[in-house]
Amino acid sequence: MSENADQIFVLLRHWIVGFLPAGLQEIAGVVLSVIAIIAIFPTLFALAVWMERKGLARMQNRIGPNRAGPFGLLQPIADGIKSLTKEDIVPLRADAVVHFLAPVLLVVVVFMGIAVLPIGRNMTLVHMDSGLLFFFAMGASTELSVFMAGWSSRNKYSLLGAMRGVAQMISYEVPLLMSSVAVVMITGSLSLEKIVEVQNQYTWGLPHWYIFTPWGLAAFVMYATAATAETNRSPFDLPEGESELVAGYFTEYSGFKFALFFLGEYVGMLSISGLGTTLFLGGWSAPFAFLGWVPSWFWFFSKVLMSIAVFIWIRGTLPRLRQDQLMNFAWKFVLPFTLLDLFVAALWRFMSDGWARWVVCSAILLAVYALMGGVGMSRKHFGLRKYRYAE
Amino acid sequence: MLGEGILRGLAETARNFVGSFVSADRLTTVQYPEERIAPIEATRDFPFLVYDGGDWEAGMRCVACQICEKECPPKCIYIVKSADKKPDALGKPQFYPARFDIDISVCMSCQICVEVCPFQAIKMDTEFELSTTDRFGGLLFDREKLAKSNEHYHKIHPTEAAEVDARLAEEKAKADAKATAAAAAAAAKAAVPSKPVAAAAAKPEEGEARS
Repeated sequence: MSENADQIFVLLRHWIVGFLPAGLQEIAGVVLSVIAIIAIFPTLFALAVWMERKGLARMQNRIGPNRAGPFGLLQPIADGIKSLTKEDIVPLRADAVVHFLAPVLLVVVVFMGIAVLPIGRNMTLVHMDSGLLFFFAMGASTELSVFMAGWSSRNKYSLLGAMRGVAQMISYEVPLLMSSVAVVMITGSLSLEKIVEVQNQYTWGLPHWYIFTPWGLAAFVMYATAATAETNRSPFDLPEGESELVAGYFTEYSGFKFALFFLGEYVGMLSISGLGTTLFLGGWSAPFAFLGWVPSWFWFFSKVLMSIAVFIWIRGTLPRLRQDQLMNFAWKFVLPFTLLDLFVAALWRFMSDGWARWVVCSAILLAVYALMGGVGMSRKHFGLRKYRYAE
Repeated sequence: MLGEGILRGLAETARNFVGSFVSADRLTTVQYPEERIAPIEATRDFPFLVYDGGDWEAGMRCVACQICEKECPPKCIYIVKSADKKPDALGKPQFYPARFDIDISVCMSCQICVEVCPFQAIKMDTEFELSTTDRFGGLLFDREKLAKSNEHYHKIHPTEAAEVDARLAEEKAKADAKATAAAAAAAAKAAVPSKPVAAAAAKPEEGEARS
């Protein structure tokens, strides 16, 4: 029974495909999976927007949307209808083709990243040996979309937002990759399915998730920081800082193109949470051995939504960073620390199994964290500003 | 250590998040169309014209002196003075506004018209649900729409309205005393050798007393 519930979507696909002639079966199966992904992730997007609006409201002692449907659950649908019926304005002097392509590219690229994520047992759309690499290639393409949007709009705010966005995303792309490399080093594979399989083991009923190792925890924290910056979420939301840049790179977008940017941003968040789940939180594996009967896809999606909740929590808490703080943090703290974490992961791999490697690895990471956090990131006390003029 | 402040901040937001479900007094939101808070007494938004008695046209205090029209900073008042005179609430013949329009899309609620009015005829209203689908005609209020009874004034600004009423009553008493005195003087003069001007002379005096 639990076996069937776990594989329900796989069996459903087999059943539907069975009606078609043999030659069409393979392609029909792929099309069905794509349709499922394109249906599920926008639904999750709507849910995430609702969670965000309700959660932020509660953190600020407000109620949040409560008019459209029970508990305001239909609010995203109302917003969608609104943005569909709005006028689509393209600035007179904008580069119309690129202006149109930017949101489309963002959504396409973001959905392509999801293709390699193992959503459940036997539920990966594309079985790729270098899935992680493919995901990062797709993730890096979002920068292109951001810059296309900013450049083609011919608006100073758009361009400033895009420049900030590209600078930030390239800076944080490096630690994002580096923190994942630690996982690849331990697993010995770039295949995301393999990474989940390795984590899906239990000792005394507890899982072998990478977050429960010293190097894994450090890599996860760095990954989460870089992922927040990569998806332009608060406190790293400089590219779309409302208070200084109107809306950043999508200032000149209205109607459904704006909705596409919104969708792309949230689906990007979902997919990067999905990757984080896959790499560090055991993907679709259950948190305890005795919960193994619960369908695997349920665990994946609940972990992703938990990550989204943390994103929202952080957004409700932290103020926006300044540009120099953002860059300092990326290059002076996050990147060196992930490099150190690579070294610690190698140490972990080559030390013999036992308590010694736990102590050594934790001690190194903690000491360096305290040292770098205390000395490198200590608050500078600025005096009166001295102006220097060019001669 | 780095990150301590972040954790403290996260704890704070979590406390607010949970608290908003636990204690109802944290949520200050009023579900507006269903729930309403009574406006405080000093609330004001747009002017209205006060009338006494039951009939707005007869009881209107405004005498079309046009001071408010001249003083209005954004020039949102338009008055046409009547050609004839009609008896006001006190029964005295007065000019009246043949037209009195306020464009509330221009009005900035500064209350200067109220302060300059010598007749206590224009006051500030508290009605704020004025949205309309016609942004030109719907926001241009004419005489009939502006006229509101003194009872309405008492309802929205009780303290202020009581003061105004007291002042008006005082002025009226003074005017009455003067009128009776003048009438007595006129009668006395009429009793002595004929002086036809006396009756006419009493009139402008009365007008002054009214103002």
